[in-house]
Amino acid sequence: MNTGNPTPATPSTPLSEPAALDDALLITSQEEERVSVASNWTLVWWRFRKNKLAVFSAVLLIFLFTIVLAPDFFSTMDPETTDAKLAFIPIQRIHWFDEGKLRPWVPAVIGKRDPVTLRMVWTTDDTQKVYLRFFSAGYTYQLFGRFEANLHLVTALNPEDANRIHLLGTDRLGRDQWSRLAYATRISMTIGMISVILSVVLGLLLGGVSGYLGGLTDMFIQRLIELLQSLPTIPIWLALTAALPRTWSPERVFFAISIILALRGWTTLGREVRGRFLSLREEDFVLAAELAGASRWRIILHHMIPTFTSHIIATSTLAIPVMIVTETSLSFLGLGLRPPAISWGVMLQEAQNIQTLALAPWLMIPGLAVIIAVLAFNLVGDGLRDAADPYSH
Amino acid sequence: MTTPKPASSPRQVLLEVRHLKKYFPIYKGLMRKVVNQVRAVDDVSFFVRQGETLGLVGESGCGKTTASRCILRALTPTSGEILFREADGTVTDLAKLDRRGLARFRPQMQMIFQDPFASLNPRMTIFDIVSEPLYVHGMRSRAERTEKVAELLRLVGLRPEYMQRYPHAFSGGQRQRIGIARALALRPRLVVADEPVSALDVSVQAQVLNLMLELQEALSLTYLFVAHDLSVVKHISDRVCVMYVGKIVETAPTLELFAAPRHPYTAALLAAVPVPDPQRRTAIQELPGEVASPANPPSGCYFHPRCQFAVERCRQESPQLEEIAPDHFVSCHRAAELSLPGAVSHV
Repeated sequence: MNTGNPTPATPSTPLSEPAALDDALLITSQEEERVSVASNWTLVWWRFRKNKLAVFSAVLLIFLFTIVLAPDFFSTMDPETTDAKLAFIPIQRIHWFDEGKLRPWVPAVIGKRDPVTLRMVWTTDDTQKVYLRFFSAGYTYQLFGRFEANLHLVTALNPEDANRIHLLGTDRLGRDQWSRLAYATRISMTIGMISVILSVVLGLLLGGVSGYLGGLTDMFIQRLIELLQSLPTIPIWLALTAALPRTWSPERVFFAISIILALRGWTTLGREVRGRFLSLREEDFVLAAELAGASRWRIILHHMIPTFTSHIIATSTLAIPVMIVTETSLSFLGLGLRPPAISWGVMLQEAQNIQTLALAPWLMIPGLAVIIAVLAFNLVGDGLRDAADPYSH
Repeated sequence: MTTPKPASSPRQVLLEVRHLKKYFPIYKGLMRKVVNQVRAVDDVSFFVRQGETLGLVGESGCGKTTASRCILRALTPTSGEILFREADGTVTDLAKLDRRGLARFRPQMQMIFQDPFASLNPRMTIFDIVSEPLYVHGMRSRAERTEKVAELLRLVGLRPEYMQRYPHAFSGGQRQRIGIARALALRPRLVVADEPVSALDVSVQAQVLNLMLELQEALSLTYLFVAHDLSVVKHISDRVCVMYVGKIVETAPTLELFAAPRHPYTAALLAAVPVPDPQRRTAIQELPGEVASPANPPSGCYFHPRCQFAVERCRQESPQLEEIAPDHFVSCHRAAELSLPGAVSHV
């Protein structure tokens, strides 16, 4: 891959020594000097950006995180609005041009009751156009739970048509799937992040203690990790989540599930951190700091932790998709989050039977969201892992 | 056993090591029962005079690095004394001190490392690396440290402008200079150099060695120079200690040791040095057998299974280090009767 990056592999200086070389060095190009003064994070970034797929995935993740921050902005209506009369509306495809002009619209849907099954059958009618507007005012919502806002990505040009736009159709209860997906993205992504953050805290703490102290403490923590890793995960998760009281609010269930996921998630990271501590303890530059009289804390904070931060970030990025998939599976089985909470797993519950799949295949779209998010995290994590140590060649 | 006592000399003894032992336990099983011990350093005694260079030589695994790390108290010795004389003349046993007690001695003893790549933290700039000892010892002003680092870099032959660079921008020789600058930051009196040139290209080795000699002159440093390359040791040392399987077999002034070794192992080491002379085609006398295991050393003199002069006494009785000439200590039962070949003058 030729991106014109200067690689740190080429030393900017020749191998001969002082006098003669010093003058030669004065003539080094600015480009070379840029490499010479490049910090570790700069080198990591240079390497990471060579991986186009990872960069693309990172952009995708940034997009997903904007949805996490402001799902209301992306939704077209309140995700909780139910209207049984509007159940199972199919996807309305966005048409960008109308009579040769850029004027986005969606076809209106017309419902007819099937005389035999008495079921509503929806068809899109291309002659009735619901015009769309981007970045304009819609229903009001609380941004970050604090500021009042009414800006939306998509709204109907005519305010009367506000309830006629269902970009991804509706479900059994007539709830707008597009808006629900935005909210589900928030919950599913944050639950992944929170469990991984908890795992990182536990892993750093216990792994660090294990690696730094060694001896009996190390042995105890390592056996605990082995025990946790040998437990079959699905039954344990099922048992733990089933034990959560039904009366708990969705927020409490949310945090309880994050903790349950983190309880096992920290073990891998704990092992990694311990290994790093063990190998770093033997490094010459750590001994040099010790001989310089640096305190233990200074050595840990200035020499050991910065050395493996990039690895920790890469490992945690790779751990997030596992958490997301686990939460989705649990919720899908009805053991994780429960309505009224909205997550990808909860949404997929709607697509559990063959009838729905046959009649309303768009209800599987949340599955696509899971796949995209998981792939993006994995690709970014892989890219970070490869870039994490710019000094290894 | 007597410890080598320095003969009357104009120079004071800076460091005296007495009966230093470092055993590493070998654990086995779940309960981590100690089943054996590796005697990495087994009763080592020597001294270093103020301003001189003592070379510590031996094959890999003979315990010379372990001994040097014990002296710096990077390791805690199993037993023995490490007597260090401070500038005001008080002598302290470093072996007995804890982390806190050692803090006062850290600035006085520093180390130059073997591997110029592993010894510099790749995530820190040269300024951060060289100024860390200054910062830790209370120099908080950045301007002051910048000035001091610039001075140190100039001292080791590097440009002060480099200080914002990271180690990856430097070659092995330059990195070693940075390591030397860091070691000198606190103006130590004793510098332990653990094979400081063995990882460098031969052309760069001489430059770094000469730099070390210049710095010794300029800053009146005392070196404990650990190495396995005899020609390097001959170039830089005033006296040489030869180690074999955790013990010292011979200590002597450099020229005397190279000209007239008194221990068969020293003689074998000298004979193994390649001579850069195409006319000489004599086969190198190889030592028979393997280096003894420090976990399971032989009886008597550790060298006897490989020694062509070994007699019954060598198999049973462990020899003591004895002074057979001024400043010349040998640990061999037959030191007095043997006449051993010295090194060829090329070494």
